[in-house]
Parts: sequence; structure tokens; C-alpha cells
Amino acid sequence: MSGVALGALAVAAFLAALTRGPALALVYPVSALAAITLGVVDLRVLLTGADVAARLPIGLPGIGLHLRLDSLSAFFGIVINGGVLAASVYGMGFDRAKELTPRVEPLFPLFAAAMNLVVIADDAYAFLFSWELMSLASWALVVARHTDPESRRAAHLYLVMAAIGTAALLFAFGGLAGPAGGYAFDTVRAHPPQPMVAALVLVAALIGCGSKGGLIPLHAWLPLAHPAAPSHVSALMSGVMTKVAIYGFVRIAFDLLGPPVWWWALPPIILGAMTAVLGLLYAVLDRDLKRVLAYSTIENVGVIFVALGLALAFSANGQPEGAAVAMAAALLHVLNHSWFKSLLFLGAGAVLHATGRRDLDGLGGLIHRMPRTAAFFLVGALAISALPPLNGFVSEWLLFQAVIAAPALPQAALHFASPAIGAMLALAAALAAACFVRVYGTAFLGRPRSAEAAGAHEVPLAQQLAMGGLALLCILGGLMGSVLAVALAPVLDQLVGGGLPGTDSGPTLFSLVAFDPARSVYDAPIIALFVAIASLTTLVVVHRLSERRTRRGPAWDCGFPDPSPATQYTASSFAQPLRRVYGAVAFTARETVEMPAPGDTRPARFSVVVVDHLWRAFYAAPGRAVLGLSERLNVLQFLTIRRYLVLMFAALIILLSIAAVMT
Amino acid sequence: MTRDLLVQLLAQGAQMSFVLLIAPLAVGVVRRVKARLMRRQGPPLLQAYLDLAKLLRKESVVAESASWLFRSAPYLIFALTWVAAALVPSFASGLMFNWAADVVALVALLGAARALLALAGMDVGTSFGGIGSSREMMIATLAEPAMMLIVLTLAIAAGTTRLAGVADFFIAEPFAVRVSLALSLIALIIVALAENARIPVDNPATHLELTMVHEAMVLEYSGRHLALIEAASHLKLVLYLSLLICLFAPFGMAPATAGLYGWAIGLVAWIAKLLGSAALLGVWEVSIAKMRVFRLPDFVGIAFVFGFLAILLAFLTRGVLA
Repeated sequence: MSGVALGALAVAAFLAALTRGPALALVYPVSALAAITLGVVDLRVLLTGADVAARLPIGLPGIGLHLRLDSLSAFFGIVINGGVLAASVYGMGFDRAKELTPRVEPLFPLFAAAMNLVVIADDAYAFLFSWELMSLASWALVVARHTDPESRRAAHLYLVMAAIGTAALLFAFGGLAGPAGGYAFDTVRAHPPQPMVAALVLVAALIGCGSKGGLIPLHAWLPLAHPAAPSHVSALMSGVMTKVAIYGFVRIAFDLLGPPVWWWALPPIILGAMTAVLGLLYAVLDRDLKRVLAYSTIENVGVIFVALGLALAFSANGQPEGAAVAMAAALLHVLNHSWFKSLLFLGAGAVLHATGRRDLDGLGGLIHRMPRTAAFFLVGALAISALPPLNGFVSEWLLFQAVIAAPALPQAALHFASPAIGAMLALAAALAAACFVRVYGTAFLGRPRSAEAAGAHEVPLAQQLAMGGLALLCILGGLMGSVLAVALAPVLDQLVGGGLPGTDSGPTLFSLVAFDPARSVYDAPIIALFVAIASLTTLVVVHRLSERRTRRGPAWDCGFPDPSPATQYTASSFAQPLRRVYGAVAFTARETVEMPAPGDTRPARFSVVVVDHLWRAFYAAPGRAVLGLSERLNVLQFLTIRRYLVLMFAALIILLSIAAVMT
Repeated sequence: MTRDLLVQLLAQGAQMSFVLLIAPLAVGVVRRVKARLMRRQGPPLLQAYLDLAKLLRKESVVAESASWLFRSAPYLIFALTWVAAALVPSFASGLMFNWAADVVALVALLGAARALLALAGMDVGTSFGGIGSSREMMIATLAEPAMMLIVLTLAIAAGTTRLAGVADFFIAEPFAVRVSLALSLIALIIVALAENARIPVDNPATHLELTMVHEAMVLEYSGRHLALIEAASHLKLVLYLSLLICLFAPFGMAPATAGLYGWAIGLVAWIAKLLGSAALLGVWEVSIAKMRVFRLPDFVGIAFVFGFLAILLAFLTRGVLA
């Protein structure tokens, strides 16, 4: 059945590549149907625990193409197909005459199919093939608006980083396969690599999957490429493709690499925590709506990597309960982030569609003109800020429980790391709240800052439906987090050999319990019920007791209301305190005010300098080095044949002498 | 069984009403102590109740550019803060719904109330609303990591993140004085000052434009909406005072198994400690000046450093580093 659905996606891609005009709109209903079918198959495998495996006689000679749908693949399949479904429904709302282009529609189902293929691949060749297909399809989608130089630059950087990532994965699978070259995952599992090789494989996997997921310092392409694509594709890239990257790391580190060693936990934890904080510091200073969302994706990927690192640490110390809490946090965050980030990107797409702008300082007041989009976006913004009772908090709570349990690990490095990790995660959570209050407050609240924002309109029904569905999932996922955690049990068992305490161990059926009910319980429905009762009681009581009259009047603003919307706080002014507190450290941000002397008629100037040290150190400097080196080596292109022969002969001699010394 | 359930339900309801009823009194005590120390007459102790009643009787003026978020936020903020306040053990540790949220969830509930308030501050589209929201969120980013470290220390000491469990642990071992707990106490006091917009972080008694944080956010509110916001900030003060009392001075608190008699003692002890700490807050507020906004990172940074030291000492006392 899933084969049929994947086939349908491929056929849709093929047909869309041939057709032009309104017929392209058919792509989205077909993709939605295929996503539903695949999702149902995944769900059945996850719930029944019955693996499905297939071997096709294509692929590498003698190996064939192995496919397998186990609990882990099924879980990630659900994440993927949920995102594809939402993006497809959103796509159905596109204007048939104006918004369909043959540069996007054929690639959309191809991208969806490639992501599905990655998670069901059961040998290295199939994995790398579908991984590359996914990269190239998304690259082509990024470059869809090729007339824009920004898009071209983003696509170029993306292509380079994707190539580096795939090369690293190639090494990882080479190491896993060993000298015998067993590329099927079953063979790898049966012969786990030597400790040294395993460490190298882990590093390679971290580079390969981290570059796709946006782990710092491999993140630079992501905030350029994700926003450059059409919004529903951005939703897929940020909400779903980064999860495929997480899948790759989980598959390698927890399944193929054999029993973990405790220090494997350190690189993902340290890089993840840095990514979480820095990602948000970038986000909170950026003024482009979609780029802010992309930076926040980096943060969430960092949070997931921290959780995965903790799971590795617990697992290596033979503490399956702690590992299960950390792994459940990681997997639930994968699911939750795919929902709210897709929602937010679709919302950003709706804003872009309605106003044609994505610069926060040109928006404002959209809650009046796009009430439904505004309501859905609000749910997403609160969910991503990890606020209860929405879904983002469920995974955040589990992760904090895992961090709080980490001092019980025997290694001193992990002791010292745990408070630092806890503080960095708390900082990330608080920054996320600040970031999304800023985004929502400037884009949707206040007064419109431009004519486009003042003349915005609500988006088509299909797009509202896609956002509304995701918003509903964010709310339900928050209330029913314990149910989702129970559904994860087979995946947890497969990866770390442990599980969360069941729903019957807590005070009520919907209590989320970490470790032990006497230790930590979070009961979202009870809290939500209490808040609902309390706010309704207050509403009724206050309206009985109080003067019910409400008058509309001009804003008070301390007695000096200014009719110009330019006097509102903008996204830049909102970020100013944060820039002074954190930016001065992280980006050596400096503000200068040039105030002309009294009597001077020149305008005063305010300028801010922000230095992206990561870009300088990891991209600009190596880029310059490569360029310089290639200019030096350019002479090699213009030698005579005689000299080439001498060079080749010398190389041969050197190699032979090395070989002679080595043996 | 049914009777037990009813008693438990009543006790939980009692706590919800107690925190609500006593909150304005605690604020009145702070104001009164401050006024007397400055040799002023000061408002009557019950002035905060009268203010709320007055605000409820007035009509609400809502700015023309305000949306539904502006009008519904006060109810949600009040409800979230009220529920959070009701979840902190006050006179008894084993109340019916104390288990529903541990301290991590409690902090997050307050975070939700804060985010809504900051959004409401930006809704009208004035410069003051924005200034308040942006500073409030900046202060939160400083306070939350420190709070997380405090939680971590408590969890290491008591082995649980449930407040009732931590309180029970301290009731059971009241005399085990630990340096790490003293450090966490200082850290938590600083966090509480920052979260409640008290001096030196913010001055609740001023409308001086350049220093406002909390007041700037709620500048556009009036009538019943303002009453709810004010009541919520009173509740938040009681919540943090109760939290400090429950964690660092839990004596007198009725343990989980106590009967009505124990509850009565617990109630008297809680009210006495609450009003006593409110008086201490008043003394603190007259003895220190408000800080510039950009000095705050240093002040809240102290909480962070103390929180970190507390954890390292907690490791040492447990011997895990030896």
C-alpha cells in the first residue's frame, strides 16, 4: 500500500513535469491522498509493531534495494506525512492562474517521496540515494525563484553544505560497513564497528545529519535557504526535512553503531546547547519573518540534539529509564516541532500572500484583517515558546526532567554539564518566548506600519484549514501528551530498551509521568481544566459585579498619543534590550549615536554593528583560504606535458616509498 | 472515600480562596511598611481591596486599535496566575491537586501569563506598551536560567521536582542547614524580585516614563481589565512569597496526612509568615534604590552565579565529586 502511495507521488511529479497551467493544481490533492495513505500505513506499523520489509532487485548489483518499515521509521513517517498533508492542503488554496509554476509543482511530490524513502531505506545505498534525492529536490525548490539574487546565493550555499553533509554520511556508512562492505543495515547491526571506528562514524554522522538539521556551526545555509523557498515548501523543509536529519542521526547512533559509550553524549549535548541558544539569539535580532522562523528551527534542532545526547549518556550508563525520558523528549519534540513550525511557516506564507511583505517592521495590526490566521499563528507562537498547556511544553518538560536526573550519572563531565545545559535550555526557552512575543507583537498586533499591511485580507479557506488543523494538533498534543508518549513505547523500546511509566501509574489517565509519580508529574488536562474554570468563573463574576460598560477611545499612551504608527515599537526596537544584554557578548554588537552639535542641521544618526563570528570563522575564512589556494595552484593548469609527466612520476615515486615504509 | 474526596476538594478550594483573599492584604502590608519607614502616614492596610473595588465599578476604556486579545488577556492572565498560586503548597503540603504541576510546570504557567501580558502590551500599538513588553521579556530571559538552577539544586537535595515533595522533605529534616540551600535562597529572592517587578528591578509605585517596565505594559488598561491585571500581580507576589516560605521556612505547614487541626495550625503559620515576609519586602524596598535597566543583568546575574555555586556545593555534599 505504501508502495502504491509512493508511486502515486512519483507519477504526480512526472505528470506535473509534463503539464502546464491549471492542471498543475492536481499535484496537491494527489500528494495529500498519498500522504494520508502513507501516514495510515506508518500508524498501523507503529501501533501493531509489525515490521514490513521488502527487497527490490534494483540498486547496487548483488545487494539490491532493502526497504524496511519498523517502529522508528513509522514514527518519523508519521511526522513527514503529517507535514506533507498540511503543506498539500495549503497548496490547494493557491490561485490556479497566478501561483502555480512548473518550477515548484513537479518537485513538491518528489521531495515528499524522497523524505519518505529516506526513513524506510534499509541499506546504505538506498539511504544515501534517497537522502541526495531529498537534498536535490529541496535545492531545486529553493532556487524556484531564480531571478532573485538572494535565492541564488542561498541555493548555492545550500548545495555546497548538502554536498559536504552527504560526503560525511558516505564516510559514516563506509565506516559502518567495515572492510567487508556489508551495506545492508541488518549486516551492520550484526557486526558493530570497532570503538575507534565507531567514534569516527559518530562524528561523521553528526556532521552529515547536523548540516542538514542546522547544527551550529553547520547552520549558515539554513536561514537563507528555508525562507527562500515558497512558504509551504519552507514549512516542509523546516518542519519536516530537519526531522529526517534527526532520523539519520538516531538511526546511526542508536541502532547501527552498537552499544554506546558515555562520552559519545558530549558532542551532541554541547553542540546542541550552543545551537539552541545561538539560534535564538540570531532569531531575536533578525527582522525578516521567515528568517526568524528558520533560525528558530535551528534552536529546536539543537534542543533535540541535547535530548538525544542525554539519551546516549543514560543508555551508556545502563539507565534505561533516564534514557527513555530523554528519548521521549527528543521524539515528542520532533513531532511537536514539525507541527508548530509548519503552522508558523504556513502562517508566514499567509502573511506574505496577504501583504507581499515579510519584513516585520513593515507589518502590524494583521489581527484585525486576518483574524483566523492571527488566531492560528498565536497558537503556534505560544506552542513554540514552550508554554503550557500547548504541545511545546510537553517535550520541554520531559527534557528538563532528563536534565534534572543527569547529576545521577557517574561521570564528572556529565555532572558539570548538567547545570550548564539546564541553564542554557532555560535561557533558550525564555528567549523563544521573547522572540515570538516580538514576532507576533509586531506582525499581528499594534497598528499597520505600511499600506500593504493596512490593506491585508484573509487567505483562502484551504489555507486556513491547513493552519487550523495544525493549530488543533498543537492544542491536542499539549493536552494528550501522555497518550502520545504511550504511543511512542515501541520506538523507545527499540532504541533504548526502556519506556516511560505507563498512564496507569499517574494520578489520572492523562498524567505525564517521568521516572516515578512521586518524583515528577505534569497533568496538562487538569491544569487546563483549572485555568478554564478559573477564567470562566472570573468572567462571570467580574461581569456580574462590575460596571459592564466598555467605551472605545483613543489610546492613552501616558497622555501623549501619537497618530503616526511609526512611533510604535518595531521589531528592531523590541530587540534592543536583548541585543545590548546578549548581542554584546555573542556578536560584539555595538551601538553608536551620532548627535550633531546644537545648531547643526544635520540629522542625528544611529547605527548598530553586529558581527557574525561564526560566519567569519567557519565560512568566510575557509572560503578565502580555498580561493587563495586555488589561485596559487592555478599555475598547474598551464604546464607543458613534460612537466606533467615529471609531476606524475614524482607522485608515483612518493606513493611507492610511502607504501614501502608502511609495510 | 467520598467524604475524604470532599474534604480534599474543600481544602483545595480553600487554598484557592485564601490566596485570592489575602493577596491584596500582603500588598497593603508592603505599602504600609514602606510608608511608615519613610515617615509617611501611608494608605490604610485594606487600600488594595478598595482600589480593586473602585476599578471594578469604573467603566473600561479600550483603545480603538485594540483587538480581542487585549480584552481577553486580563481574564487569562488572572486565571493562569491564580491557578499557579493555588498549586504552591501554602498551609498544607498534600493538597489534592498539588501533584498536577511540578515546579517546572509552575514556572512555565507564569511564563504563559507573562507572554500574554507582553502581547497585550503590544496590542494597542503605542511606544510605552512596546517598551514595557520588550524589557519584561528581557528580564525574563535573565531570570529563567537562574530559576532553572534553583530547581536543579532542590531536585538534587530532595530527589523530586514536586513542590509538595520538596516541602515534605524540608519538614522532615528541618535542621539540616546546607550552604547550597542558603545560596539558592538568595538566588530565589533575586529571581522573585525580578519576576514581581519590585525595587531594584522595577518600581511598582511609579509612572516615571523611562524606568517603567510592568506599569508601561498595562498603561492602556482601565476599569475591570485593570482590576484583573492588578489582582494577578498581587497573586503573583503571594505566589513567590509562598514559594519561598514553602521551600525555605516550611515549619508549621501541615504534612500530607494532617487532619483539620493540623490545617488550622498550618493556616495560621502561613498567614503569619506571609505577612512577615511582605513586611520584610517593604523594609528591603526602602533601603535600596532602583537600578538602571541595563544594570539588571549584573543584579540578576548574581542569582545565576549563586544558583550555580549552590549546585556545585550540592554535588560536593552528596560526595559525587569526591
